[in-house]
Amino acid sequence: MIVGEQKSISEIKTIIAPFKKILILGCGTCVKTCFAGGEDEVAVLASALRLACKKDGKEIEIEEFTVERQCEDEFIQEGAPAISRNEGVLSLACGAGVQALARRFVKTPVLPGVNTTFIGVLEKQGVFTEECAGCGDCKLAIFGGICPVTRCAKKLLNGPCGGSQNGKCEVNPETDCAWQLIIERLKVLGQMNNLRIYVPPKNWQTSLSGGPRKLVREDHMI
Amino acid sequence: MSEKPISRLQEILEKGEFAVTAECGPPRGANPDAIRKKGEVLNGYVDAVNVTDNQTAIVRMSSIAACAHLLQMGLEPVMQMVVRDRNRIALQSDIMGAYSLGIRNILCLSGDHQSFGSQPDALNVFDIDSMNLIRTVQTMREQGKDMSGFELNEPPRMFIGAAANPFADPFEYRVIRLAKKIDAGADFIQTQCIYNMDRFKEWMKMAREEGLTEKVHILGGVTPLKSAGMAKFMNNKVAGMDVPEAVINRMAGVSREKAVEEGLKICLETIAELRDIEGVHGVHIMAIEWEDIVGEIIESAGLMPRP
Repeated sequence: MIVGEQKSISEIKTIIAPFKKILILGCGTCVKTCFAGGEDEVAVLASALRLACKKDGKEIEIEEFTVERQCEDEFIQEGAPAISRNEGVLSLACGAGVQALARRFVKTPVLPGVNTTFIGVLEKQGVFTEECAGCGDCKLAIFGGICPVTRCAKKLLNGPCGGSQNGKCEVNPETDCAWQLIIERLKVLGQMNNLRIYVPPKNWQTSLSGGPRKLVREDHMI
Repeated sequence: MSEKPISRLQEILEKGEFAVTAECGPPRGANPDAIRKKGEVLNGYVDAVNVTDNQTAIVRMSSIAACAHLLQMGLEPVMQMVVRDRNRIALQSDIMGAYSLGIRNILCLSGDHQSFGSQPDALNVFDIDSMNLIRTVQTMREQGKDMSGFELNEPPRMFIGAAANPFADPFEYRVIRLAKKIDAGADFIQTQCIYNMDRFKEWMKMAREEGLTEKVHILGGVTPLKSAGMAKFMNNKVAGMDVPEAVINRMAGVSREKAVEEGLKICLETIAELRDIEGVHGVHIMAIEWEDIVGEIIESAGLMPRP
């Protein structure tokens, strides 16, 4: 899922300062799962903002609405009446959702209420970890299903650096060394020979270095 | 590799002499006097001088420029090159530029992560890794081509070095990694500072069993300790460093005034042991910001005169 984290109340207050009527628009998919922008978070944020603005002596009307997915026009449409009633939209979706809204509602300022952080997994309740960089050229097959591009701080494809100690990364002792995990997994899989494979320089053309990417599925086009 | 040695370091190693290299860090500024001073105290004592590339991710004078200053003084540099700050385009370009200036040895490294440096908000590059860099330099030398396969009008021919850290984990992988670096094109290896001699010997044994010492020249890394505090700091704070309790205790067991002497003693004992290990072909002395001690170490170790 795409993991995000709600911005601080003080930053959100600054962002919405020019508006008197604002819609907080939640998204019921990824950001809901990571407690950043689903229906519940919309309600909590709306209450907190109302209270904070009242304290500051600022008059503001805050409306709440949540759609299933902000990255798809079909779902965004459901928010259209609420959007038209307000001066601006504070989106609690990921950056893609914010931009999909901005593209659809050209004349309405669309503001981000969430910092989109990474593509990750729910490691345990309340803890999310980054697992995929969306590089567009997945090589997980030779790395025992653990991604060094994302999970090694140096993106090393040919083994751990000299800073791997006791299974931890030199950059952050809280972080597992991706290569330690890869080696342990390959051992379990009986694929230790993979470690001897020379991995050539990565082709980054499929990653963001080639500019924004587009996926065209002609078989699904009408 | 061709018949004629590319560098003096290669020549010494291939003759079977015990090579001596030292490290020197460029200054945090544009004045070359600092590097020249370091060069002066090392001149005549070492076969080649490693010049670090923004080590610990702190911005310094470029390794290439500092190497060029040393060359002018008659020293042979080993240009360290990390993949942290430059993409493959810049790396290849700088290798060609370095060669054009007369630099003939390169040490290919990943580089310390920028979070350890003075500018942790910097973006890192890591377009290719150190293994890929070794292969790139080798391909330039052996096939005369850059990474795109383009035939270079005069390819840079470098004597290629790589680092190895026998003290990092996972231990059983460390020799596999060494083998990969040799396959990729490493001619010589400079290791992380050795304080844990038992572990180093174990690693060397594994390297010999894989036949790796026949394919590569291994130079053992040493750093003289100045105090018990330094020993503890290196053990606890420097990534990938292993200073055993016994060494820390030895440093702590002498008075402050005697600590430097004790540190040098440990260093000399290490060098003496290294010379006895089959497959170790030299020593790499990393006296960090203490280059003027290197001459004394080399003399006391009985490594003078140099070839």
